[in-house]
Amino acid sequence: MSDHIVKAYDEDLESIKTMIAQMGGLAEDQLAKAVDALSKRDTDLADQVIQSDEKIDAIEVSLEEKVIKTIARRQPMARDLRDIMVAIRIASDLERVGDLAKNLAKRAHAIPDTLPRRLSAGVVRMGRLALEQLKNVLDAYATRDDVKAVQVWRNDEEIDALYNSIFRELLTYMMEDPRMIGVCTHLLFATKNLERIGDHATNIAENIHYLVHGRPIGEERPKKDTTSFTIFESTNTQ
Amino acid sequence: MDALVTQTVQTPSPPRILGERPVKITARDVNIYYGDKHAIKNLSIDIPDRAVSAFIGPSGCGKSTFLRAINRMNDTIPSCRVTGDIVVDGQDIYDRDLDVVQLRARIGMVFQKPNPFPKSIYENVAYGPKIHGLTTSRAELDEVVEKSLRKAGLWEEVKDRLQASGTGLSGGQQQRLCIARAIAVNPEVILMDEPCSALDPIATAKIEELIDELRQNYCIVIVTHSMQQAARVSQLTAFFHLGILVEVGDTDEVFTAPRDKRTQDYITGRFG
Repeated sequence: MSDHIVKAYDEDLESIKTMIAQMGGLAEDQLAKAVDALSKRDTDLADQVIQSDEKIDAIEVSLEEKVIKTIARRQPMARDLRDIMVAIRIASDLERVGDLAKNLAKRAHAIPDTLPRRLSAGVVRMGRLALEQLKNVLDAYATRDDVKAVQVWRNDEEIDALYNSIFRELLTYMMEDPRMIGVCTHLLFATKNLERIGDHATNIAENIHYLVHGRPIGEERPKKDTTSFTIFESTNTQ
Repeated sequence: MDALVTQTVQTPSPPRILGERPVKITARDVNIYYGDKHAIKNLSIDIPDRAVSAFIGPSGCGKSTFLRAINRMNDTIPSCRVTGDIVVDGQDIYDRDLDVVQLRARIGMVFQKPNPFPKSIYENVAYGPKIHGLTTSRAELDEVVEKSLRKAGLWEEVKDRLQASGTGLSGGQQQRLCIARAIAVNPEVILMDEPCSALDPIATAKIEELIDELRQNYCIVIVTHSMQQAARVSQLTAFFHLGILVEVGDTDEVFTAPRDKRTQDYITGRFG
């Protein structure tokens, strides 16, 4: 797009875009490390993730300041207005992704080294999927690629489906052996965090679509997460 | 019509009607010339009643020219020529038999610079009803003056000095006096040509508040250079560029997601 008559306006918008890129890069890094820490039970790496979260928060604060000043100074219109509103929404999604990654890292501490690998394999697989979604949606934002954004939006179905099956799997383990309840609950929360990260990626995708076209994605998103309706049926009827 | 002109001119997409509001003014294939200069090119638009329509666009885009064509103010410019149809409530306003003075009573106008008559506040408002013979007694005239000043939001400020000169008021008050003067003859349409560009932000806010109230009863068309003002006061926005009506649509849509790139560039401050 051509430049504004007032050059400082371009610089304002550019710096907002840069801050989103920084937040996105950090969120991606945090998530990758958190999943790694979980899969390798690497508590040092987990601590690193926990400590780094404040960097994302700090960028979000300065981005909000920049956005408020830009609105006050320039009264953005049309595409510029969408650009700015979308940036602030995406920033809050990325901030949440950072928090969820941090929570994931904390759980790496709670999962014992002795846990059979097959139990955490599903979580790790889901983590990779969420990471891929996040990476793709950030690429789509950087290049304003609506097609790619919509693809991410549709792909969330996969994460939901995986979440469903892990949820059921973990329930089964817990029913088989009550001693597993503690660790399985941690794993359950870990997967829930990843499922939420997937949702944030789809939020970002929706915002990219709005940014490009000026209207929301018209259709209903396919959803496969049915865990909220799952009823725990005990076979143990005394 | 000039064959040469139709070749070079592009017809804009068909105008849309705003919600359920009835159309008050219909323009079809309007061309306006100042001598050789082609100021408005093949313009077609529907302007709704009981709503505010804003014309925006860079200087020289033709928005004021078209506004002035709606109550035939351009008649006073000898070199100006208008072709096509401008119809108000089914009546062609360029009909030869039409009384232009009556037309301008129906279609009032407020200008950029407040221009009260060098007379008393009372006389400024009473002048129109008097010459149009709208009132039969002094009491009735008093009533019209009060009602008009009240509608213009000026009554409380001037009721104790109605005999003072209109030109002694502040700029914002003068502009509201001009609006009261326009309202006094019971118009159906009020045209406003940058009514706030000479006013401070507080006086501007008062006029905008007034415009918002007036739209309950009138068809208002406003030309403005302030995009924010167009976004604030209007329900329909029309963007003009180089004599062409580029885009017309719901104000909310035009300022958040305009369809045409030229509109986008203009309202975001990118016009080179």
